[in-house]
Amino acid sequence: MNEVLRAALVIARRDFSAVILSKTFILFLLGPLFPIAIGMAFGGLGEKITAEGVRPTVGIAMPAPDAARMQRAYRALAGRIGPQNLPHLRQTSGGDPRLLLARPDARFIAIVSGTVDRPVLTGKAADLSWLEGDISLIASAALAGERLPHVQVRRQFVTESSGAQAQSRLLTGRAAQVLIFLLTMLLAGMVLSNLVEEKTNKVIEILAAAVPIDSVFLGKLMAMLAMSFVGISFWGAGVFASLMVVAGPGFTLPAPAVGWPIFLLLGAIYFSTAYALLGSLFLGIGAQAATVREVQTLNMPVTMAQMGVFFLATYAVDRMGSAPEIAAAIFPFSSPFAMIARAAQDAAVWPHLLAIAWQAVWVSIIIRLGVWLFRRHVLKSGVIRSGRLFRRRSASAR
Amino acid sequence: MIGDTPAPYPTYAVEGHGLVKTFGDFHAVDGIDIAVPAGSIYGVLGPNGAGKTTLLRTLLGIIDPDEGRRTLLGDDVPLRQARSVGYLPEERGLYPSMKAAEAVAFMGALRGLPLKIGRERARAMLTEHGMGASVDKPIRQLSKGMAQTVQLFGTIIHEPRLIVLDEPFSGLDAINQGKLEALIREQARQGVTVLFSTHVIAHAERLCERIAIVAGGRIRFEGSVSDARDRLRPQVRLRTRASDGNWRRALPVETVAEDGAWHFDLPDEGIEPLLRALLDGQAGIESLSIERPGLHDAFVAIAGAAAARQMEEDRAREAAA
Repeated sequence: MNEVLRAALVIARRDFSAVILSKTFILFLLGPLFPIAIGMAFGGLGEKITAEGVRPTVGIAMPAPDAARMQRAYRALAGRIGPQNLPHLRQTSGGDPRLLLARPDARFIAIVSGTVDRPVLTGKAADLSWLEGDISLIASAALAGERLPHVQVRRQFVTESSGAQAQSRLLTGRAAQVLIFLLTMLLAGMVLSNLVEEKTNKVIEILAAAVPIDSVFLGKLMAMLAMSFVGISFWGAGVFASLMVVAGPGFTLPAPAVGWPIFLLLGAIYFSTAYALLGSLFLGIGAQAATVREVQTLNMPVTMAQMGVFFLATYAVDRMGSAPEIAAAIFPFSSPFAMIARAAQDAAVWPHLLAIAWQAVWVSIIIRLGVWLFRRHVLKSGVIRSGRLFRRRSASAR
Repeated sequence: MIGDTPAPYPTYAVEGHGLVKTFGDFHAVDGIDIAVPAGSIYGVLGPNGAGKTTLLRTLLGIIDPDEGRRTLLGDDVPLRQARSVGYLPEERGLYPSMKAAEAVAFMGALRGLPLKIGRERARAMLTEHGMGASVDKPIRQLSKGMAQTVQLFGTIIHEPRLIVLDEPFSGLDAINQGKLEALIREQARQGVTVLFSTHVIAHAERLCERIAIVAGGRIRFEGSVSDARDRLRPQVRLRTRASDGNWRRALPVETVAEDGAWHFDLPDEGIEPLLRALLDGQAGIESLSIERPGLHDAFVAIAGAAAARQMEEDRAREAAA
């Protein structure tokens, strides 16, 4: 066996066992529960806010008969298109709308005055531009009154819809991007902490003297990757079992363009390459830092840059074949995200083989760069002290 | 491939020629030539900050020199010989949650020893050294001395041909220092080359066949302990009943009177002409001793009094700690 790989496996096995056998691994497994619980709580709250609180309220300062016609028209329209799609209407006292809006206790975004056939909408220009159509629709319905026709729509079902399929594939691509991104960020942070801990324990010199630094980096990346697959398998099985129980065995998800088996395989590969790219970059950074504080300072810009890269891939997801999408697929750090979205929407497999090879080349380049930085900066001499990175000239020899 | 083909036994286990390593504008290693004979116990002696650790790291291939070349067991790529080398760094490092036997086996595995064999050997070694009850204890539960022993066993578990120890006696009590000295001698008896650094002259004097005295990133002396001591002339200490007489003219010009005795270097022509003059001049010899200088005196003469003083301070600081 290649010596670099053999040594990497020794290190990976140690790191993997240390994490899996630790009590904190239970927390790692249960970790996704917290964002899910928070997501559900905030999701419900958000829905409530969206449904009730965020809808703007428009005051009606019309003569009573006109106001009543407007309210009736509002109820009729809300029954057909849903109240969430219309602003609230609430009766207000008469008077100059401009003075009403200027009062400290004013709770209206705008005020509609005048009459039903000649409504006047008062408010800020930016608000009026999007409220004007809604008020016009309500006033038109009020004018029509009982004569407002209610045309029935006949439903015609199909089993296949290319448009719907494209939409669901787009959704699958976006979901896969988000999942890979979140997992990658989580694990890259963990591998970085792991290296800093190694430096704190002073084990790093023993490793550096016994095996190539490439093996140290590779071993650490492999251990965390293996650990993440344990977590993914655990959660994947849990989600699958839940779906089977809730939706029944006949439940099927909309298939991505390349089909589920290849999509899942590509997902695992792209997750691995995205993680290896970011993880090795973080290891290179970790090699420069002596303390967790330094790590946080150093990885902040990288994390921000990675967010930018992720947004590029997200932006490109529904622009297949466009320049941004091709750029996202070529740029190594966004390539895994862009390509998994492509796998959801395009059945061609060969671009993935090309992308995987391309990403693998970059993984090896980034690892080499990290190793170079490590050898250049880490084991200068003596005790690794805080702040060494910024005080190179004060390095002492023993 | 690292260590797949063990190199034939070279004359020198470790060689370095013109080694230079700088950090910024600081010359940690400044043109060092070193040759460690295979099968010997070799000491690198110098105060803290002399460049010993950087020299060892450079020789082992942990860091690359800016200039010069090195060979380890005949190989100019030191890591290729990793399986045949054991290294105990000055900064002791172990995983706190790892069990003692597992830690020893892991260090062996890093250098190519199968884990199964490593575990068996580790248990045997620890048990043999009275640590049988601790083999399955996590490192964090062991005393500092026990943890150091675990690390030392991890250094030799794979039966290396070369052992490099950076300040191995640092932090050990007298009993454990004695045990370590015995272990070093035992390894050397088995043909293993032992290269170690120290700032304690006594260890080098007791153990080493050859030494290198390092100060300011340079080697000030390289050779046997005997050669180092031979750089100083034997010291003569003479006490006479008479305080003056013609015999005084036979004493060397640099003679110093101290505590009622005469001190001077043994003259080139030997002690006999002086003895004759003392007897003829009826000096009344009370005592006469010729002492060979110790390594400490040699160190002072070679590296300078300041370096020697710093070594003493380092040792005192360590003892206090």
